[in-house]
Amino acid sequence: MSNAAGEEVHDVRLHVNGSVHEVQVPARRLLSDALRHDCGLTGTHVGCEHGVCGACTVLVGGRPMRSCLMLAVSAVDAEITTVEGLTEADGSPEGRLSPVQQAFSDCHGLQCGFCTPGFLTTITAGLRDNPDPSEDEAREMIAGNLCRCTGYQNIVKSVLRAAALRDGRGATSSGTENLEDA
Amino acid sequence: MKPAPFAFLRPSTLEEALAALAGEQGAKVLAGGQSLVPLLSMRLAAPSMLVDINAVPDLGHIDIDEAGVRIGALARHAEVLASAEAAETQPLLAMALSHVAHPTIRNRGTTVGSLVHADAAAEMPMVLRLLEGSVDVASVRGRRTIPAAELFAGPLESTLAHDEIAVEAFFPALAAGAGVAFEEIARRHGDYALVGVAALVQLDGDEITGARLGFVSVSDIPTVVDVTEAVNDRADPAAAALAELEPADDIHASAEYRAHLVKVLTTRVLAAAIDHARSRARKVTT
Repeated sequence: MSNAAGEEVHDVRLHVNGSVHEVQVPARRLLSDALRHDCGLTGTHVGCEHGVCGACTVLVGGRPMRSCLMLAVSAVDAEITTVEGLTEADGSPEGRLSPVQQAFSDCHGLQCGFCTPGFLTTITAGLRDNPDPSEDEAREMIAGNLCRCTGYQNIVKSVLRAAALRDGRGATSSGTENLEDA
Repeated sequence: MKPAPFAFLRPSTLEEALAALAGEQGAKVLAGGQSLVPLLSMRLAAPSMLVDINAVPDLGHIDIDEAGVRIGALARHAEVLASAEAAETQPLLAMALSHVAHPTIRNRGTTVGSLVHADAAAEMPMVLRLLEGSVDVASVRGRRTIPAAELFAGPLESTLAHDEIAVEAFFPALAAGAGVAFEEIARRHGDYALVGVAALVQLDGDEITGARLGFVSVSDIPTVVDVTEAVNDRADPAAAALAELEPADDIHASAEYRAHLVKVLTTRVLAAAIDHARSRARKVTT
């Protein structure tokens, strides 16, 4: 089987955010591109495309991985979660923001937003491993992700806020008053 | 940039993978892909075929016994780092692995893949060389064991034949009376080290009977220097090491700065490794 360019394509079944996507891709299709172009999930952003910036980070079997450093054809057995899959069901069509997403909103954890999907997925998994990080641990958690707006202070605050939200602490407050010293 | 086109095979047995490699001169093995995929995307590598071994069973093991730690080709860095038993048997594994890239890369990248990628700026090839471990490789012609001293041919070049797959690495256990330490200097944690140095010392009571150093990013291939004599003659071990190394200038650091870091880190890791050996000895006696 070949595509219009005469290149061999492969039938690939990707499991993304609980849905199955049957796509036909050449072997060289990066997972990041397959998610965006073939699955239409453009929430995953592609920055450096060689594993440095972290913008394309998705969860593979619950663990953060660079989707630009994986081939779609090699991701067939994996359960993939993109930023679109982080929202939580609340009966509404769009769902409710997850604690990490809510924390970014609360703490102004994004400026241009390009790096945000990678931060959200990385922190979602990071808080699962370490639900109550110190500020230093929060910085370590996001050390593999670059923000070119350099908004790291508020991203670190967002990590701590997300930990509090997950924990039920400050769940009703959208303010950041308790984070001034964070 | 995107990778150049290549044929792709995802075999479900090792035999199938080996046959595919044997039949295609330009084929490369894909395991974690954390070094290979960037090379493809930057078109620094353009293999005619990728043989994806991620669906091959029984390659993800981390087996530990008195002799040491055996790591299968699909064991991810993160899994090796998470093994308390592996760290107990050979503490240098965890010491060095925590410096390998970022956690996200360690979740996918494999330790064995890093070894045969043979990057002199990478931690694990140096660790294997310092510990005098080995790599088991398989091909349609059979299996063989390559000692670490014979594994590295040049920059990013191992001595594996094109049809061979590295199926397992062996890191020897830390001997009684021995101690290890590792330190590196990088611009940012998780970046390539400007210089990294590991030390392996062997004590017999208060006497230092062996002292070897392994270096990251100071030569073309992972390099180990025996400094036992310099240590016992109260000479300068770092000077002895530098006599065998050729730190080079690059965009990240000058040769002089690298030589300076070799001195600083050598002093630190030798002291730390001796402390480590002594604290292990105390644990045994109490």
